[in-house]
Amino acid sequence: MIKLKTPISEQEIRKLKVGDTVLLSGTVVTGRDEAHKLMVEQKPDFIREALKEAVIYHCGPVVKKLDSGKWIFVSAGPTTSSREEPFQADVICEYNVRGVIGKGGMGDKTAEGLKRCGAVYFHAVGGAGTLIANSVKEVKTVYKLEEFGTPEAFWVIEVEDFPVVVTMDANGGSIHKEVKEKSEKIANELMGI
Amino acid sequence: MELKESILELIRKAATDLSPDVEKALNEAYKNEGEGTPAKNVFGTILENVRMAREQGTPMCQDTGSLVFYIDFPVGDSEAKYREAAQWAAKEGTARQYLRPNAVDPVTAKNSGNNVGVNAPYFHFHQWDKDEVRIRLMLKGGGSENVGAQYKLPHPPIKAGRDLKGVRKVVIDAVVKAQGQGCSPGIIGVGIGGVRDLSYALSKEQFFRKIGERHPMKELADLETQLMEDLNKLDIGPMGFGGKSTVLDVFVDSQARHPACFIVSVSYTCWAFRRKTMTIKNGEVNYD
Repeated sequence: MIKLKTPISEQEIRKLKVGDTVLLSGTVVTGRDEAHKLMVEQKPDFIREALKEAVIYHCGPVVKKLDSGKWIFVSAGPTTSSREEPFQADVICEYNVRGVIGKGGMGDKTAEGLKRCGAVYFHAVGGAGTLIANSVKEVKTVYKLEEFGTPEAFWVIEVEDFPVVVTMDANGGSIHKEVKEKSEKIANELMGI
Repeated sequence: MELKESILELIRKAATDLSPDVEKALNEAYKNEGEGTPAKNVFGTILENVRMAREQGTPMCQDTGSLVFYIDFPVGDSEAKYREAAQWAAKEGTARQYLRPNAVDPVTAKNSGNNVGVNAPYFHFHQWDKDEVRIRLMLKGGGSENVGAQYKLPHPPIKAGRDLKGVRKVVIDAVVKAQGQGCSPGIIGVGIGGVRDLSYALSKEQFFRKIGERHPMKELADLETQLMEDLNKLDIGPMGFGGKSTVLDVFVDSQARHPACFIVSVSYTCWAFRRKTMTIKNGEVNYD
């Protein structure tokens, strides 16, 4: 088990290999379809500092606002990452992101971006919403809540020991590619084609 | 308890707790995976999360899905009564964080913020001759919804013909294409026959069957067993990390088809398989 805390250096991230289990701590920013589209089309500066050498998380949480005005995360597992494939590599390189957390893995364009700019893809357990929310220690701020709605907003959070597995590394390795190729081969055998 | 309150309780139970048959299947899948494998770790995390969600009363998955109700009600009863109660419960459940706001207007891109919108929640109403009410609720997650697929046979790319062998092939094809994207291990619902909308509807309704429950018709029961075996050989595993459990179960059903059409629908639901049933008889409410 590897422990990592943001800010993460390029050197640290390049040491990670596919299959490594990591407990991640530090700053994480949630972002889904609307956020990625905005970051690529308009390159806003408000999120630059939070993302620098930090981690972006494909997640649309269930949140609660306390009487004090503070937000807390109630349930916060990963959403399917492939929807961000057209944007992800550009976001990583533009904002110096060191990691992307999501589920289901991503494609060749992202893999190339991870390699070029020094980042990895961390896979969280899909559906583990309560367990992951328990690792969120603080909601620091939120951007675009009104405009995008709860699931699509940028939530800037502080996490402690968020459990993830490296499934795409900064050297071109990808569990997703391996599993896909192997399963397609088995399927063809089963179907006799 | 008022009707609307009892539907709110149905929503809470569905979002925060798994049915015993699903949890049992996940426990068995955990035992089945090799020590120290990523697959075993995933099942460990899943089971811990299920326990935490139940204890804390918080949604096990933040995607609390689209709300789909199947309501059977006695002769003389009104649909509007149930619709209004369920809409209230959806709003209240969202305010209490049992549900994430998941109803987005495709034209304006605006999230209603309370899970109510055009056809949200959606209701399948059915009047029956019993003097009791049955309300079944499915919280259908978006990631697994995106990997559902519909085929018309024959399907030449995989040489799938117009028979049950062809059905087997397209189900394998759909699950391979899904990989881990639908939060595997999944539960697969297959609808054979009917027009396109009814075909998908039939595949979805299979999700109310209990894990391990085989179809009464031998041919379809055999197909279910065969597909379970096939799909778990694919080595896609939980979350697509590789492993022995790619699906927890496969449910197949069939309906009449037009002579010219052979539609097969494959619906996928994630391991966080949230469906609950409540019945109301003589004023008494029961949850299953």
